[in-house]
Amino acid sequence: MGYTLNFAVVWRNFDQLLAGLALSLGLAVVSILIGAVIGLAVAFALTSRYRAVACPATAYVTLIRNLPILVLVLFAYFALPQLGVRLDKVQSFVAVLALYSGAYLAEVFRAGLLSIPKGLTEAGLAIGLTPMQIRSTIIIPLMLRNVLPSMSSTIISLFKDTSLAATIAVPELTFAARKINVESFRVIETWIVASALYVVTCALIAALMRQIERRLAVPR
Amino acid sequence: MIAPSFLDQLWLARHVILNGLGITVAISLLAILAGSVLGVFVGLSLVYGNRWLRLIVRAYTDIIRGTPVLVLVLASYYVSSAVGVNLDPFSAGVLALAVFCSSHVGEIVRGGLQAIPKGQTEAAKAIGLTFGQTFAYVLWPQALRQFLPAWVNTAAEMVKASTLLSVIGVAELLLRSQEIISRNFMSLQFYFFAGALYFLVNYGIERFGKYVERKTAIPS
Repeated sequence: MGYTLNFAVVWRNFDQLLAGLALSLGLAVVSILIGAVIGLAVAFALTSRYRAVACPATAYVTLIRNLPILVLVLFAYFALPQLGVRLDKVQSFVAVLALYSGAYLAEVFRAGLLSIPKGLTEAGLAIGLTPMQIRSTIIIPLMLRNVLPSMSSTIISLFKDTSLAATIAVPELTFAARKINVESFRVIETWIVASALYVVTCALIAALMRQIERRLAVPR
Repeated sequence: MIAPSFLDQLWLARHVILNGLGITVAISLLAILAGSVLGVFVGLSLVYGNRWLRLIVRAYTDIIRGTPVLVLVLASYYVSSAVGVNLDPFSAGVLALAVFCSSHVGEIVRGGLQAIPKGQTEAAKAIGLTFGQTFAYVLWPQALRQFLPAWVNTAAEMVKASTLLSVIGVAELLLRSQEIISRNFMSLQFYFFAGALYFLVNYGIERFGKYVERKTAIPS
């Protein structure tokens, strides 16, 4: 034993960790925004009456949800170039995380769409809105408000998945922590600080989502 | 030299792949078993513990759930050797996954127990059952029915998370596939094949989860 905690090295390299955290957040924001668009489209497809639309959407969600994301990350970075698709490591990671979030958010949105009463669509039709107007002005806003709680946990879990970018040497938080760990051997300190950064960020995301939820809550 | 075909390479690598798949299954099973035992304790502490126990266990679950699994795996591997507990990569990885699993199972158990109406406990008290009897004959069977489907899904999560052990050098399916690829450069084919195996295992677990959900649903 005889291990004395000494955070000096970690504090000296703290800017690397913060830069890593900023990159993690950037990766998460871009991927989740793209993923939300994919998820919304797929959710409408999943709830469609037409089998030709619903089946491919189901296949996409089932496929992505049953694959480990690490396999997808490595596949996109190492195997896609063989098919002539050359993406740099950040691009390939964002593409994978966006596709991955798309599948998970589609499930969240689908549950939200199913919870919207039919009467609202009928009311929209009655006042002469087109189906597209009904979706964009009635269904989507109401659905988003309903799914905020489950969306919050999905977003947090997707943010944590950005740590996998470390495996293809994207210098985000986990990669920076591992680098400091290997260079300084201040093992315990490095991982305490790195996981504290993750925990705090996750708590902040949760607080932000709760704030939005409160702001948008139906006034009673 | 004639370029070797994928099927030839696959046949050559059959033992290595099967071996990797076996290790993946072993990791997942051990993590689920240990994680569930610990998780039931976590869940019970969150519901029935006194204030201090609740506080400590809540902090434990929140920290674990706020940290990416990859960070848990890396931290478990590096920290254990730094404090003089020499865990081999396999044990360190299983430990990290079990801890991760326990926080999930803990939340599932807590949710299941808290979903039972208070009247049940009061009724059990009224007919003179002790707390132990109430728990064993009234609360636990109902909670079990509630959380079994979610628990099966956690198993699929564990199989997916087991891929992260490849990062610390555990020769499970993904690392074995990477080794094969570094010999024959067929990254497209072998990543695809590994993905297909993971998909089959997880899809099987998912179908089993749906089956359990149907079986445990309370007939209405």
